[in-house]
Amino acid sequence: MAPMSARTRPLIDVRAATVCHGTAVVLDRVDLTIGRGEIVTLIGPNGSGKSTLVRAALGLVPLAAGAVDTASSIRIGYVPQHFSVDSTLPITVGRFLQLGVSATDADCLQALTTVRAARIQDAPLHRISGGEIKRALLARALLRKPDLLVLDEPSAGVDVTGQAELYDLIVKIRDQQNCGVLLVSHDLHLVMAATDRVVCLNHHVCCAGRPDAVAQHPEYLNLFGAQLARRIAVYTHHHDHQHDLAGKIDSGNAPPPTADG
Amino acid sequence: MHHRQLPMDEILLRPIAAGIGVAILAGPLGCFVVWRRMAYFGATLSHAALLGVALGLMFKLNLHVGVLFVSLGVAALLVVLQRVEDLASDTILGILSHAALALGLVVLSFMDDVRVDLFGYLFGDILAVTSADLIWIFLGGALCLGILLWIWPALLAITLHADLARVEGIAVERTRVLFLLLISLVIALAMQVVGVLLMVSLLIIPAAAAQRLTTTPESMAVLASIGGVAAVYGGLMASLHWDTPAGPSIVVISALLFAVAHLSRPASR
Repeated sequence: MAPMSARTRPLIDVRAATVCHGTAVVLDRVDLTIGRGEIVTLIGPNGSGKSTLVRAALGLVPLAAGAVDTASSIRIGYVPQHFSVDSTLPITVGRFLQLGVSATDADCLQALTTVRAARIQDAPLHRISGGEIKRALLARALLRKPDLLVLDEPSAGVDVTGQAELYDLIVKIRDQQNCGVLLVSHDLHLVMAATDRVVCLNHHVCCAGRPDAVAQHPEYLNLFGAQLARRIAVYTHHHDHQHDLAGKIDSGNAPPPTADG
Repeated sequence: MHHRQLPMDEILLRPIAAGIGVAILAGPLGCFVVWRRMAYFGATLSHAALLGVALGLMFKLNLHVGVLFVSLGVAALLVVLQRVEDLASDTILGILSHAALALGLVVLSFMDDVRVDLFGYLFGDILAVTSADLIWIFLGGALCLGILLWIWPALLAITLHADLARVEGIAVERTRVLFLLLISLVIALAMQVVGVLLMVSLLIIPAAAAQRLTTTPESMAVLASIGGVAAVYGGLMASLHWDTPAGPSIVVISALLFAVAHLSRPASR
């Protein structure tokens, strides 16, 4: 389990970050910290700057003001929101996983098995589905044994049962590897249970804190509508079995550990 | 018959060596041009090579050096224009490509004192390859292949996803600049083989032919080189038999190879 003392120094510390596209202010003095062993989830409407904040934290977009401090020599596993490969580039999923990291075929298979996508190891990368691409990217991030896992809408394109499974998996990875996790998600009902801290973003930070506290916050209720927010109760789920991609029941899986915050 | 065969071999030896050297280099670089969807970019740089020739003749520089400098200049201008102008990439490429070609033709028209073989610059003059040209092609080509091998994993990573590569610590900008340098170099070296108008076909046709038959980036690159070598040899032989222009014959043969490759393995979707 995560040693709590390691959390004192953040992996990434974003302070008063301001990002502009032309004259539009996309991020307005946004603060964000992610510590070791902590799952932080960004929520907010479309176009509220979630992906821009993730990209700013990773140093992929220039800041108009503010600063981003990254702990020295941390390994980051990144699952970008969009990923597509030109169909003229012949490369298998397995080879894509191994690119830039020393990993054997067996390591790849293990990482793909963890994300329940073992059968796509030898498939051409441009032929797999959107949900499978997300799983492949997550497997690739895991192979790098990251200190920080950054997932931009990891469940987009993943089927409904796969989504719940995915958030269970993210919690499990955090527990096993004691890495920090930064997550962008629209699956409020699933993500609220799996996360330690929620940051509700609409160009500025509307509210932030523990999921149960944020769920009561007037700004949150205002942003998502009180009716909808009430329907999305913080929900903890358990499975006694899991399915692989083909829908087969996978045996020998311990029930997912619960988030302990 | 042997005493009549021998001079023919000697005439062809240098062109074949030059063509093979260029084709080996063009294979893997052409793959990246195809994967990165830079065919029109390559065409723009090669059209601009005519301006390099013209300036080289004017300032009495080595023509390879003139072409290299103009290619790099056009590549830099392109990067700047894409940042500051609101025009689509292909529009900017179209403007630069034809402006540079036209400017090259205009500058060449001022050279009254130099006999300019315009057809040779536009469509290649591989039969006139000198020993000095061969040295350029093989030393320059070896340098290019060395650089390409060095940046291969990084270039492959940024071709797949530039942001992912950057997060994983790859020097994205340096790799991009080196790749542009390699494209400029291959154009400078290969200009004599197929000429500025057909140059980009030597990059993309063997690569596109190899794509359907391979399952890894590396095997596609190697097969593209082999296909390019076959096209150069076949084109030169055809040129010899039917007295056709060598550069265009090489391109026609590579197009035939592409057709055969794609008819033998039709797209599975």
